[in-house]
Amino acid sequence: MLEFKNVSKWFNGAQGKVTALKEISFSVRPGELLAVRGPSGCGKTTLLLTAGGLLRPSDGQIYIDGQDPYVLSPEMRSRMRADTVGFVFQQFHLIPYLTVRQNIMTASLAAPLKEASGRAQQLISRFGLDDRADHVPARLSTGERQRTALARALLNEPKIILADEPTGNLDEDNAQTVFGYLSQYVSDGGCVLLVTHDARAAAHATRSLQMSRGQLVE
Amino acid sequence: MTIWNLMIREILHRKLNFALAVLSVMVASGSLIGSVTLLRIHDIHTGRLLEQKQAELEQRMAQLQDDTRKAMLKLGFNIVILPKDQNLSDWYAEDYASKYMPEDYVHKLANSGVVTVRHFLPSLQQKIEWPEYKRTIILVGARGEVPNLHKSPVKPLVQPVPPGTISLGYELHRSLEIKVGDTVELMGRKFTVHDCHKERGNKDDITAWIYLAEAQELLDKPAQINAILALECLCVGEEGLPLIRREIANILPGTQVIERGSEVIARAEARMKVEEQARVAIEKEKIAREDLRVVRERLASILTPVVVTACAVWIAVLGFTNVRARREEIGILRAVGVRSRDVMVMFVSRHVLLGMLGGALGFVAGVLAAVYFGAAHEGTQIRMTDMDLSWAGLLLASVGGAAALAVIAGWIPTVVAARQDPADVLRNDN
Repeated sequence: MLEFKNVSKWFNGAQGKVTALKEISFSVRPGELLAVRGPSGCGKTTLLLTAGGLLRPSDGQIYIDGQDPYVLSPEMRSRMRADTVGFVFQQFHLIPYLTVRQNIMTASLAAPLKEASGRAQQLISRFGLDDRADHVPARLSTGERQRTALARALLNEPKIILADEPTGNLDEDNAQTVFGYLSQYVSDGGCVLLVTHDARAAAHATRSLQMSRGQLVE
Repeated sequence: MTIWNLMIREILHRKLNFALAVLSVMVASGSLIGSVTLLRIHDIHTGRLLEQKQAELEQRMAQLQDDTRKAMLKLGFNIVILPKDQNLSDWYAEDYASKYMPEDYVHKLANSGVVTVRHFLPSLQQKIEWPEYKRTIILVGARGEVPNLHKSPVKPLVQPVPPGTISLGYELHRSLEIKVGDTVELMGRKFTVHDCHKERGNKDDITAWIYLAEAQELLDKPAQINAILALECLCVGEEGLPLIRREIANILPGTQVIERGSEVIARAEARMKVEEQARVAIEKEKIAREDLRVVRERLASILTPVVVTACAVWIAVLGFTNVRARREEIGILRAVGVRSRDVMVMFVSRHVLLGMLGGALGFVAGVLAAVYFGAAHEGTQIRMTDMDLSWAGLLLASVGGAAALAVIAGWIPTVVAARQDPADVLRNDN
């Protein structure tokens, strides 16, 4: 489903060349939750954005569902992202002036669904947000915000979810809830690439990799 | 959820940014529409002002002309054409000629195309003894003015005495106790009194006027007259009498011309002077208004671009502020697959909307401000219907132009938003 082949990414900064990813190779298959763990600044977020077609690697190939997104035009890459990938971030990135329902439905802006509204309602119910559906993010708890973000990521029924520290801002109960939803998604045949420094993630992952200074270590 | 829904909700969320941008467009559009309307009001006011002054002038001239006509009635004709062999000493002594000339002379003169004199009045005058009343009177036979066929008809200075009637001077009808409608006998012929004149304090008070043909018969002077009265044309200028004499001598060689008094001419010249001064004043007013228009046009041509440019810069600044505030939002939209083109459409639509709204409000504000300014500073009330402007076209131009201005001013922020790298936003925010 998701495959990295010798992927490297470096940036040319004022201090010279900075290597964020170095010859990364791995794959994630349907029904698999791969946790990539490592300390802050080790390149986890760069790995995730590169995997999601948002950050072109300096070297190597990435395949999402067998297709290298970086050979596609920007338009096609956006479309591919809308159809195939769901993102979940530590900071939730909810749009502040939209309600929970509307935030979830922003995923349909890029890939309009016939039953987007019904699907959004299903997710609202599934994530226990019925009484919060018409509230804006500022009136939600952090757990509710992350559940909203997760529901948004799932609206288009993506084949892969890329999650960047999804439990980083959550308490134990909410973190367990999020892991529970991700595990459920994997059980339903999806695959998840989870980058985190949270040791609890390992308990929910089907496989874990350790990352250090831009490299995967066993 | 559509891009349009998202845009509307964002506008409702960031009302201040949107309102300030609309205000900027409104000021830009309003200044432009206001300038156009104000210049139009200026033109209308100028037209009205000049029309009013022209009407006042014409009314005054009509009044002066009437005054002159009345003065002429009082002062009489100022040109007298007499038979050439008339001794002028006798004429001055008696105030009528003792020599005669054919009545046909007056037709010859009137049909000649003469330009130096007008209002031709042939007369036959003679001092006689009114045998029935044993009175010395001046009998005047007159037939009214002979029209100049070569000029436009003008109102006659005197009205003719109808045949079979007689008009009497003051002293005659007063002393003889004669009234209008009475029948009097003159040299054996009966006349109905047509008019009894008021006191004039001159020889007219002992004068009796009858129809020329009847006077010729009574005085045994068939087809004869002894004077043609006329009025000097104002067109002769300072050369005056010599010019008239030359022209009349060519037409009627058997005559001589004398001039009586210059009051009429002086009064008419004064009227012309007043008219000329008034016309100069109107012309000066017209030039002053034209100069004022040029100044206003120049001011508008400087101020309006400055205001529009300042507003455009302000719209751009607000656009950048908006893009900056929505950085995270744009990042996540791009992450969920929204294309940069859609982001661009969203921002362009926002600018089109604020431009149209600002353009419409600016149109209303500009017109109202111009009308208010017109009323306050020009002292005139001008209705929109008086302005002869295509309001629908102007509104359309204002809305369309303002939308274009907003899009152009917001273009760079829009491109920045569309080109924003979502990876930058999402990586830095984590």
